[in-house]
Formats: sequence, C-alpha cells, structure tokens
Amino acid sequence: MAGNSACFQSTTLIKAPVYPMSTQPTGTDGPLIDPESLVEHYGDILFRYALRRVQKRDVAEDLVQETFLAALSARERFETRASERTWLLGILRHKIVDYVRRVSRERPSENELSPDDVSEAFFDGKGMWAVKPSRWYGDPLRALQEKELWDKLMVCIAGLPERMAHAFALRELEEQDVEEVSQTLGVTSNNLGVLLYRARQRLRHCLEVNWFGERVD
Amino acid sequence: MERKLLLRRRMAVTAHLLMCRFCSRYRKQLRFMENAVDRLVESEKEGNPLETTDTYLSPEARERIEQSLRREIHH
Repeated sequence: MAGNSACFQSTTLIKAPVYPMSTQPTGTDGPLIDPESLVEHYGDILFRYALRRVQKRDVAEDLVQETFLAALSARERFETRASERTWLLGILRHKIVDYVRRVSRERPSENELSPDDVSEAFFDGKGMWAVKPSRWYGDPLRALQEKELWDKLMVCIAGLPERMAHAFALRELEEQDVEEVSQTLGVTSNNLGVLLYRARQRLRHCLEVNWFGERVD
Repeated sequence: MERKLLLRRRMAVTAHLLMCRFCSRYRKQLRFMENAVDRLVESEKEGNPLETTDTYLSPEARERIEQSLRREIHH
C-alpha cells in the first residue's frame, strides 16, 4: 500500500505538530475526553472497525470499551496526537491483535493443519477443478461502486472458520507481515500460507454465490 | 501467489493458464477480491470506510461502555 500507510503505524504513534486537537465542538472546556462524547463521536466508528476484524459483536464491544478506557488513562499525553480518530484506532488495533493472540493460545494447537474439506472440495483427486469457478457476470468495476459488495464480503469473512478469519483479517485488513501474523496466531509461516489460501478459496466461492449470482457453468 | 516460482514452473503455470479457462477465471476473481479488499483498507485510512453503515453499537452496549468509563474517571 503506498503513500498514506505512514498514518497507520500500529506500534509507533506519530509525532505531529501541535494544533487544535479537535474541530468538533466539545461543549465543555478542554479536549474531547468525556465518556458521552467519546462514545457518541467514536463509538460506532471503532465498533465497525473492530467488527470487521473480529466478526463477533460482543467481542467488538469489549474491544471498544477497552480502547476508550486506555484512552482515558492516557489523556494527559493526548495533546500531541495528530488526530483523535487515528490515535484511538491505533489503540484499538493493538487491542485487536492482543485479542487474536489470546484466543489463538486458547485454541488447541496443531502442528499440522487438519485438511479443510470445504476448500479442498473445489478440486478432485487429480487436482482438476471439481467445483469450477463460474463466470462473474456484470462489470467488475461497477460492482466495486456498490457499497453492498463490502457488506457481502464481510459476511463471507464472518463465515470463515475462526482461525482463517483471523489470519485473513490480520494479514489482509491489518496488513501485518507474515512473521507477525504467524506469531500472533501461533502457527508456522507455511501454515499461515495454507490458512490464507483456504480463506481465499472460500471467500471467492462465497462471493460467487452471494453476489455474482447462482453458479452457471 | 505470494511465493516465487522457479522459471520453469512459472512457464508451466503460464502455459496452463492459457488453456485452462477455469484457472484464468479463478485468478481474475482472486484479483478482484484483492482489489476490493485494498479499496476497503484504503477507505478506512481515509476515514470513510466502504460499506453500508447500518451497523451500530446497541443502546445497551453504549450505556454499558459509558458507565464503565464514568467509573474509571471517578476513581
């Protein structure tokens, strides 16, 4: 990803020139740091961001809460942040990774990934296509203009087995590198590759069925 | 698609793709997905995430969060 990825460091916070922290009316003196304002201005934004990555509402809610709590306890250092939203998202991203790491530990570890019937069903014993990709009708560029497409994609990601969903979220949405993601999930980088391959197989099929229409050979 | 293939392997894959329309299709479709995900990620960075925004914190969740924040402040 080019350009603006500098705004999105997950480990280092940006040093920025000090300038008015918020253009939103606070209604009170001082920065936008009171519970109602925080939740009102950033609650849904953070919630959706988290939900896209963890799929479960209750988990996303907890992560938002933890993020706000951390922000409150760090509010003295608030002034140097370039943007409240970016800062809060930075905290949230950390919390998301911590969550995935914790959940991955609690999962029984497997040295070898067990076979995934779903993604393997696309091929027969000889490695030929058994369930063939169908034609996706319509102009793909037009499809990208429609916001509902991303809703469907999110539904498809939510339909993945949990570890695959986390692998996909950390690698593709959080854009972490292979080593980081492997470590967080507690798998080898080879296994991560397999997880991601399977995730993409399933997602492609899910989009085919749920967006581009019924299978037609 | 993330791995580097040896030249010979790559040529074999290219040859296969010329003839296997399903694999070509698959590849195009995967690229479409990559593109869609890319756009989603970029849109999030710009503060304008792509997706219909009918996902909200429930009123109960909001209340719960606000309460826990208030507790934190007054202690």
